[in-house]
Amino acid sequence: MKPSRLASYLPFVVVGLAALFPLLDNVYYMQLLTRVLIMAIFAMSLDLLVGYTGLVSFGHAAYFGLAGYALALMGPKYEAVSLWWSLPAAIGVCALFALITGTLVLRTRGIYFIMVTLAFAQMLFFVFHDTKLGGGSDGIYIYVKPEMLLGDFKVLDLENRDHFYWLALILAAGVYFFLRRVLGSNIGRALLGIKVNEHRMRALGFPVFRYQLASFTLSGGLAGLAGYLAAVQYGFVNPEILSWHQSGAVLMMVILGGMGTLYGPVIGAFAFVMLREVLSNQAWFGSWAGHWQLAMGSIIMLVALYMPRGLAGLFVKPVVTEAEEEAEDE
Amino acid sequence: MDLAFFLIQLLNGLQYGLLLFLVASGLTLIFGIMGIINLAHGSFYMVGAYLAWSLSSLTGSLSAAIALAIPLTVVLGMGLERLLFRHLYQRDHLYQVLLTYGLILVFEELRSLIWGDDVHGVAVPELLNYSIPLTENLSYPVYRLAISTVCLLLAFGLYFLIQRTRLGMMIRAGASNREMVQSLGIDIKLIYTLVFALGIALAAFAGMINAPLSSVFPNMGGGVLIICFVVVVIGGIGSVKGALIASLAIGLAETFGQVLVPEISGMIVYVLMAIVLVWRPQGLFGRA
Amino acid sequence: MSEPNSSLTSNQLPAAGGDPGSLRSQALGDRAAPASTEPILFTRALTRHFGGLVAVSDVSLTLHVGEIHVVIGPNGAGKSTLTNLLSGDLPPTSGEVMFEGRNIAGCASDEISRRGIGRSYQKTNIFLPFTVFENCRLAAQSRRPHALRIFHRAERYTEINRKAEAAMAAAGLGHRADRVAATLSHGEQRQLEIAMCLATEPRVLLFDEPLAGMGPHESQRMVELIQQLSANHAIMLIEHDMDAVFALAHRLTVMVNGEVLESGTPEEVRSSPAVQLAYLGGEELLHE
Repeated sequence: MKPSRLASYLPFVVVGLAALFPLLDNVYYMQLLTRVLIMAIFAMSLDLLVGYTGLVSFGHAAYFGLAGYALALMGPKYEAVSLWWSLPAAIGVCALFALITGTLVLRTRGIYFIMVTLAFAQMLFFVFHDTKLGGGSDGIYIYVKPEMLLGDFKVLDLENRDHFYWLALILAAGVYFFLRRVLGSNIGRALLGIKVNEHRMRALGFPVFRYQLASFTLSGGLAGLAGYLAAVQYGFVNPEILSWHQSGAVLMMVILGGMGTLYGPVIGAFAFVMLREVLSNQAWFGSWAGHWQLAMGSIIMLVALYMPRGLAGLFVKPVVTEAEEEAEDE
Repeated sequence: MDLAFFLIQLLNGLQYGLLLFLVASGLTLIFGIMGIINLAHGSFYMVGAYLAWSLSSLTGSLSAAIALAIPLTVVLGMGLERLLFRHLYQRDHLYQVLLTYGLILVFEELRSLIWGDDVHGVAVPELLNYSIPLTENLSYPVYRLAISTVCLLLAFGLYFLIQRTRLGMMIRAGASNREMVQSLGIDIKLIYTLVFALGIALAAFAGMINAPLSSVFPNMGGGVLIICFVVVVIGGIGSVKGALIASLAIGLAETFGQVLVPEISGMIVYVLMAIVLVWRPQGLFGRA
Repeated sequence: MSEPNSSLTSNQLPAAGGDPGSLRSQALGDRAAPASTEPILFTRALTRHFGGLVAVSDVSLTLHVGEIHVVIGPNGAGKSTLTNLLSGDLPPTSGEVMFEGRNIAGCASDEISRRGIGRSYQKTNIFLPFTVFENCRLAAQSRRPHALRIFHRAERYTEINRKAEAAMAAAGLGHRADRVAATLSHGEQRQLEIAMCLATEPRVLLFDEPLAGMGPHESQRMVELIQQLSANHAIMLIEHDMDAVFALAHRLTVMVNGEVLESGTPEEVRSSPAVQLAYLGGEELLHE
């Protein structure tokens, strides 16, 4: 089960190489990679639910979008807000919302869970779409990016693309290593146990609901981290960022990369963002580029049918699923 | 609110609820009997509406369009069941979600390629294009009454089909015990195909008859789908009776909500759902 | 890594192996079990309905530490439902379950497990994709969750590891620690089922047909294990294998149609006219 020495160093190597990317001085690709990193955080947060706790949420965009709105509504309009408090506050708002919705949605299982998470996300969509709270369907602009000051010293200048890229990289790497530790701890083992056999976990004395709620809350908070960064990158928020298409896209990233692994969602986010970029490239596909979702939808269906373990599954065949297959054959 | 105005809202709420029932009953049947979560169900509602629009502008008559469109949607449903959904019966819900989400994207783009991205109106049939006056300046359109009537007839038909016919018995048995049905020599695959096609046709038909009221526009299936999810959650998965009651409740709540508290009307149905979840997580008529 | 060795050692769990010998000779040697003290668990008028069907009706029984209480009865007599009521997998319709002086009827299964009642399942209920060790480690972890120490690696809790190993050894699975549970033989999976139950260090053990599907050698081992465990646990055992039943039982309860037909020492039950009349396996019981 232990990963080889080389493989355990690989994440550090990848992060190190990625940190050098701004040296290439390619603005277009760097913005794209920043987007990949943000989506990787988002996808990892969902994988915590889908791949490690066995809860298929189809409303994860709610927490992603909520953090963006939290940022837009918290700060003064034409002045920079400090990242030191606005980021934790945005994450906190999302975690709190996840805690509240979690106590409700976790009363359901399976198909119900999928529908109810979607419905609650849609409720939030209507809150921002129909009321004036968040500027209605137009959304809100974030004119000034948050600042990171230590005394008078600017730690990172987020108006600078390179700096913002590094921030996204640091946070994505941080989330990766954080989740790796958490999932290797007792709570991580318990969550996997719940995914595999919830009933037996309960019979063994685990308060299953509390574990699931903890996972749901943490997942919502991390999705909020991603949403905060996305809002900073775009410079505006509108109801689209918490639409169910966003929830579908992030689920696709998790499955495409390979759920139940932490690097899977990262690979999935990379593949998805790049795929979208390629398919909507007018130079290559002409007028068909406008209909890129036709190809994307077809690819999603093919992945669902023929690649259930995602890209990660092409390289590593997990022991776990082999055993499951054998068990099914009996 | 005077009586006539109240009556109009009541009729509107019931009409909306009954229309939701057509879409939601198919959804809940497919959930309950085949164990499939079909996100693309709303897309069939959209397909129905667009077929009604394009065929009625071809033939000049909505009734002719509907008569042509129903067999088309049944064939579409059967074809998709054979081609795609059949591979999903034994799979985790996760993959059902993913595949049907992909299907939504494909449907939207095909719609865009075939019919374009404009909003279109559909004419109410001449025969039904008048209103019943209620007071001096309030009247009620006959077409809405006609929709309600047709929906009610279909609801009764569905009840009869499921409770009183041999096919219905097989459907109910299939829901409770797959092996037993197969051991009796009943072709479960055929039943699944039929149920799926029935559900699809109901959703598409709802889109067709509602097209003159809602008009026809891109992404029109998404909103209906999510409201129908709420209906199924409240009513209980697999329960057609639950779907009917929940549809009517939501139809009335949303209609009156829009009149009384327009600011938060979009959220009322979700609050309703949250209350039901706290009180009965398995839905009003769901099995625990 | 210096933790007090209060964990499962020889005083709690018997070591693997044990004296060879036939079931019957051992049974006679152990028959003098003490049961004079307060019962650790007893039920009063425990009843469970499923709709109109009464699965368990007015059942009162007692469990003492040091005593094996075997429940027998034909299929459908309500034995498994009774186990589910005691373990919290099902809430009773009425009646009490008194455990260490408190009524735990209706408590959730996880709470009952934490209070000290462990159970095994008739249908093997384990974590198929995990190794045998991880199955047991998870069970042992349930006693000391350390859920808030989110950065401490799970495999570094020596006390939990030791308990898991002790439970594996006791159930005779020490040599299978690294095997994935799904690849075990049926009998070994049954052993794992027991090992996980032991790793939670319960004071009351509810074994639902632990010998089902085991070969003669494995059955022999399991009977010896249960005998050894009875020294400091209260055990309720559901079993069909009559050799094992009479080898193990200090107290025997016969259930028919959800009701207790007879309860007493094996000799009393064996000579009960009611049992002889009603219990279809009576011939087997009387044959001695």
